[in-house]
Amino acid sequence: MKAALTLPQLLTVSSEVAPEQMAIDEPTRGEITYGDLDILSDRLRDRLWAFGVRPGDRVGIYMRKSIDAVAAIFGIVKTGAAYVPVDPGAPAERNAYIFHNCEVKVVILETRLEAKVREELTSLGAMPRFLLLEGTGAGVPLRETLAREDALAPAPKVETAIPTPDDLAYILYTSGSTGKPKGVMLSHRNAISFVDWCSEAFTPHANDRFSSHAPLHFDLSILDLFVPIKHRATLVLVSEEVGKDPARLAPLIADKRISVWYSAPSILSLLAQYGNLERYDFSALHTVLFAGEVFPVKHLRALYALWPKPRYFNLYGPTETNVCTYYEVPTPIPADRTVPFPIGKVCSHLLAKVIDEHGTEVTDGSEGELCISGAGVMQGYWSLPEQSARSFLTDATEARWYKTGDIVTTDNEGHYLFVGRRDRMVKRRGYRVELGEIEAALYRHAMVKEAAVVALADAEAGVRIKAFLSCRDGKRLSLIEAKRFCAEHLPLYMVPDLFSFPESLPKTSTDKIDYQRLKEME
Amino acid sequence: MDDIKDTIKHYILKEFLPGENPDDLLDSTPLITGGILDSIATLKVVAFIEERYSIELQAHEVDVDHLNTIADMADLISSKKQ
Repeated sequence: MKAALTLPQLLTVSSEVAPEQMAIDEPTRGEITYGDLDILSDRLRDRLWAFGVRPGDRVGIYMRKSIDAVAAIFGIVKTGAAYVPVDPGAPAERNAYIFHNCEVKVVILETRLEAKVREELTSLGAMPRFLLLEGTGAGVPLRETLAREDALAPAPKVETAIPTPDDLAYILYTSGSTGKPKGVMLSHRNAISFVDWCSEAFTPHANDRFSSHAPLHFDLSILDLFVPIKHRATLVLVSEEVGKDPARLAPLIADKRISVWYSAPSILSLLAQYGNLERYDFSALHTVLFAGEVFPVKHLRALYALWPKPRYFNLYGPTETNVCTYYEVPTPIPADRTVPFPIGKVCSHLLAKVIDEHGTEVTDGSEGELCISGAGVMQGYWSLPEQSARSFLTDATEARWYKTGDIVTTDNEGHYLFVGRRDRMVKRRGYRVELGEIEAALYRHAMVKEAAVVALADAEAGVRIKAFLSCRDGKRLSLIEAKRFCAEHLPLYMVPDLFSFPESLPKTSTDKIDYQRLKEME
Repeated sequence: MDDIKDTIKHYILKEFLPGENPDDLLDSTPLITGGILDSIATLKVVAFIEERYSIELQAHEVDVDHLNTIADMADLISSKKQ
């Protein structure tokens, strides 16, 4: 069998070999086989083509994670376009910005989300075509929408596109330091090289049942979606509500016989603390992968005590490279270990090096910035040529190295150890948060004169975000009003934990906000 | 009923809104959609309610429909105590 080079091929090959095999299980809603997923995404491909979508275009996805949404992803890539998934829980204003920014031709969305985003898009002067679904679940609303459109005007059947490996497959928007999210452009080569590395590292099998815990706009979803599809395994979708509720999540993992779990560490900590894991049978679970933030050893040890059977892997990597280093956690975990585990060694489809502040490679294990090169590295940020150029280092051999912004050291066995960030980005529950994006949102409040946001280390939560606001005319916002305003303008995971209302903010000698002093303020 | 609301209000102010003027927290203030309670804070409130009132919330009740305001929480607790 020839290896797949593009995402649509992963599905078409699997559905040819095993059309009756179950591809996706959407608990309480329904299931879909490989054959049916292929047919449904073909129908969407034809409809999108009839709507004018062509190779090289972008198509937005604005809906709950569901069989409908996964079929939409495959329908889009089958036209040769790139998919742009957004957080259905984020403010419509932010999502409209994303659709406008990358000029999507069509948005596939749920009717309940239509009015607000239409209003926001109109005010931006953009109006992509909408393909509206009456909700989501088991692919039923998508089928109904396609039937309704077909009744109006049948969509002619077209061939599945064969993108080149360097064509864009998807754009994932992450928090941007200037206040606007930025689009990470990823190609078929980026995705396939990563999926192939997963095959090598975790040797998945058609009998496996993978979890899909992360939302589709989060880069963890690339492993969740495409690794099981390649191996004709089954993907079990975990809804957002169940995904954050350990009391419901634990029995779901057991009942659905999930064998490969992948998520940010924070929900695994919650499962260990609140999931009553001793009550259920997890005998199917053989691999636990986590990524997105540091897993406090105390919580990992507690989880291992309850789940002693699986292998545990710490995966590391920014959206720009997806996973680029990995480390298998040696078990059992010694009782006296408190420092977090290494992020490990570079994945086989990539190269890594550590550079000092002059851009010179350090080889003696001393501190420096981790840089990554190879097939998994993004093409750049959508329509941000300067920011893209700044994020790369080109060496004497013309190789492009992505500068991760993460400071690392190397231990005696050659494993990288995460030390911290060069800039103002923090990780919270696995999400990237640019403190500057929160500040930009706070400045939009009419009463706010000055705003500054800092991240404070916290033993329990990993990091806590604290906002300092000085208000006009000596007034102050109430805490409730400040939080409500943030919730209206930012995704919930960006809402600060703590607020402080000083009369003015401390300044450095050059009249810039003194973040160092803010961190020391009570 | 008012006792329940006062108890929850006091707990939320102390744990999640330190320093806030109590008059600004209304029975109808949205807590989850208003960015005051994140998922971990919500679990803490549930643990508090379960212990304080010796009741057990069902898994499906731990969501925005049942816990978004102090009034919602009080309704849920009252229905369990009867």
